[in-house]
Amino acid sequence: MNWQVITPLIIFLVLIFIVGFWASKQMNKSNSFLQEYFLGGRELGGFILAMTMMATYGSASSFIGGPGVAYTQGLGWVLLAMSQVVTGYFVLMVLGKKFAITARKYQAITLIDFLKERYKSKWVVLLSAFSIIIFLFSAMAAQWVGGARLIESLTGLSYSSALFIFAISVMVYVIIGGFRAVALTDAVQGVIMFIGTLILLVAVIIAGGGIPNIINDLIAENPNLISPYGFDRGLTPLYVSSFWVLVGVGVVGLPQVTVRAMSYKNSKAMHRAIIIGTIVVGFIMLGMHLIGVFARPILPGIEVGDKVMPLIALEVLPPWLAGVVLAAPMAAIMSTVDSLLLLVSSAVVKDVYINYIKPDAEENTIKKMSFGVTTILGILVFLMALSPPDLIIWLNLFSFGGLEAAFIWPVVLGLYWGKGNKFGAISSMVIGIGSYIIFHLYYPNLFGMHTVVLPVILSLISFIIVSILTSNKIKEEADLQY
Amino acid sequence: MKKNKKKDPRFKIAEKEAWIGIGLVLFNFIWWFGFAYGMGSEPVENYQFILGLPEWFFYSCVVGFVVMVILVIIVVKFFFKDVPFDEEKEGGTPKQ
Repeated sequence: MNWQVITPLIIFLVLIFIVGFWASKQMNKSNSFLQEYFLGGRELGGFILAMTMMATYGSASSFIGGPGVAYTQGLGWVLLAMSQVVTGYFVLMVLGKKFAITARKYQAITLIDFLKERYKSKWVVLLSAFSIIIFLFSAMAAQWVGGARLIESLTGLSYSSALFIFAISVMVYVIIGGFRAVALTDAVQGVIMFIGTLILLVAVIIAGGGIPNIINDLIAENPNLISPYGFDRGLTPLYVSSFWVLVGVGVVGLPQVTVRAMSYKNSKAMHRAIIIGTIVVGFIMLGMHLIGVFARPILPGIEVGDKVMPLIALEVLPPWLAGVVLAAPMAAIMSTVDSLLLLVSSAVVKDVYINYIKPDAEENTIKKMSFGVTTILGILVFLMALSPPDLIIWLNLFSFGGLEAAFIWPVVLGLYWGKGNKFGAISSMVIGIGSYIIFHLYYPNLFGMHTVVLPVILSLISFIIVSILTSNKIKEEADLQY
Repeated sequence: MKKNKKKDPRFKIAEKEAWIGIGLVLFNFIWWFGFAYGMGSEPVENYQFILGLPEWFFYSCVVGFVVMVILVIIVVKFFFKDVPFDEEKEGGTPKQ
């Protein structure tokens, strides 16, 4: 074991625990358990909001999988990754103030609360809860695998003990602290990601003998590595552009991101978050993926993409600093996982149990349920991650696409289009998820675009057509003022 | 979208800001795509370099990112309005 690398990681974990415990103290002061546990009392400021959105969104794929693919593909993959700058401003601008005001008016705590009040339909709620539980559960498993692999490669522990350490660390602070702990630790983790990216980028450039030198080495190996088309010229402009839907604008439909768009204190916080978020997301995406490309001449011949990040950090940095920097992907994974765990647990407790099984549950019962469900979910994910599937990035993207196809139109059009109704929402969710799964299994990347594009278009069409066709069946107008 | 006499003025602001967001994305995309494939589709031997990076990459990804940050700051500082979130103004239909 390399204690010089491991010590900074342990310090990082302890720091995260302290923040978690501090947040749980805050929680006891608040009066509404649900609002506090699942939404942090709607008190997030601009900096924390920006960091928690970035950290929730930036996951194992941005820090481990993404740089690994960039290592193979070259600058074309960095170009693709830069479509994510959009997420820094688009989600908050589009959902924006209308979503925040409406969520307060509806007293919504989860995204599903919002959909329930907007569409007044049991089926919308059950469908949403079902898709959140299924898709985010598989996303979580993918992330846990990433976290455990990282610990495994750093410490030399076996995969299952690494997974165990990871699982315990995440569950402790999610269970004790709830959303506020998750958001606060996200902020700490976001700062670590930012600094880690900066240090590693500079170190890699120095180790490679400066950017011109690195680029010349890349040209000598394969000129395509510095073209926008990928190492075998297989990245077409259409394919790369279609990622603007998957990792750019489509992120507006991801429940773990959307729920953050109703958690902030006031419009000033939102304004700050838009600016900070754009800077941080852009810098991290550019930096991390460039590191992947620049690592190639320094450490040629790495076969497993997921190992590029840990190996390059250990190569170009002194061990203790490598430990600090490798806390960044660790932070990225933990901050995604904790949000997903909390969201799935809120779907079970708040959206299914309280809505349909026991509406008059007492505060104390709800509390116990929330802790219990979170624990059980954690254990289930742990068991699933024990025999892990191979490529983190694709498993993760699978659940991304499914959720985006399901939620993007019911949320966005629900907010801005008065004629949208529950029939439209149900049809768009069914068609979105259904066509996503069918395309993914049988016609992946149809017409040369990422699989997510067509399901998003199909779900839009069905939302509009079905809403218009059934408009005479809906008597009461939505009270949102369009 | 039909006109509602009692429409909450905060929603008007919100809608305007959402359109600004869409406009920014379109601009962002055109900049990103235009420089990447406008300059990058030449054979690699003909590439020009800035700060060691290929020109297409420098303009599309590095300058493009800086331009977006500046635009976002301008838009938020000068076009986005502060609105209260909590109190119900006239025209709102309080729930429960």
